[in-house]
Amino acid sequence: MKFLDYFRRTPKTASVAKDRLSIIVARERSGTRSAPDYLPQLQQELLAVIARYEKIDLQHVSVNVDRSGGCEVLELNIVLPDGQTLGTGARPTGRGVVAAS
Amino acid sequence: MSKVVVITSGKGGVGKTTSSANIATGIASLGHKVCAIDFDVGLRNLDLVMGCERRVVYDFVNVIKNEAKLHQAVIRDKRVDGLYVLPASQTRDKEALDAEGVGRVIEELKQMGFDYIICDSPAGIEKGAQMAMYYADEAIVVTNPEVSSVRDSDRVLGLLAAKTSRAEAGGSPIRTHLLLTRYSPTQVKRGEMLSVGDVLELLGIPLLGVIPESKAVLQSSNKGTPAILDETTDVAQAYLDVVYRFLGEDRQHRFINEEKRGFLGRLFG
Repeated sequence: MKFLDYFRRTPKTASVAKDRLSIIVARERSGTRSAPDYLPQLQQELLAVIARYEKIDLQHVSVNVDRSGGCEVLELNIVLPDGQTLGTGARPTGRGVVAAS
Repeated sequence: MSKVVVITSGKGGVGKTTSSANIATGIASLGHKVCAIDFDVGLRNLDLVMGCERRVVYDFVNVIKNEAKLHQAVIRDKRVDGLYVLPASQTRDKEALDAEGVGRVIEELKQMGFDYIICDSPAGIEKGAQMAMYYADEAIVVTNPEVSSVRDSDRVLGLLAAKTSRAEAGGSPIRTHLLLTRYSPTQVKRGEMLSVGDVLELLGIPLLGVIPESKAVLQSSNKGTPAILDETTDVAQAYLDVVYRFLGEDRQHRFINEEKRGFLGRLFG
């Protein structure tokens, strides 16, 4: 019913599509395109080492790769938990930088 | 200086083979020597769309395996001077393609004086698609204004930037172009279809052209005559614009906005 469609206000599916795509494309670019696939394993292994000395969870260790220009930066962020040997408050303690290409 | 151009997309059914046939035919009709290679081993179709399926004797895989000479396998088009097709094998699978063999065939085509080597990629991101893009100097990414196609094109752009001979050599990257096909300005206007601006913003590569959705595409594949040869259709004009732009001419984009229709047309259309 072409005639009735003229009066009906329909949601614009094109803008829904664009919003969904902006999110998924951004996520896939940051994930698959720039990060090496060993990152999750690296995170697990680092956790295992740190866990020998400190009681921490997986979410306290983050490993990221940043790419700017022709330079790659591997960023390692470890947050020590409250009340541990290193005093109060969660805070970043390690910020290691490796690799360039 | 010959140029290797891959026509790729990730997703199937978006118009890679149609675009390969039309762009190869268009470039050849402007006086260049062109060979279109079908990389879709096992599911060959380029020969059918170009109307030379009954003249296939040897194929791409035969040449790679040294079972035939390249000049025996390429088929000369009867309509356009300087246009040749290298058909895919119908019986093998994509594992029959290897980088060394593909490289050898492309090198030999260059020696034979082809100005443009158009590689029609299979769908997907596996071996066949990777072989089609491996030696490319330029890539035409065929995309429909549709979510899965745009997402797949983005994946393919990632592969073009990483898994090609140019990327591995660390030299100048492959030049990428967006070809938006099956575009319906009417649906875009109603907010039912991603607009060309939306897709450009999402993918971030320069626009080579917009091909409107048209019945002429099916008609031309029915006949085995690339649409570009019938200049009365909007698809032919759109592809011709694409070819001129690809060869460096500045042409205004058309078929992006809705054509004017009368009041009655809108009411009953």
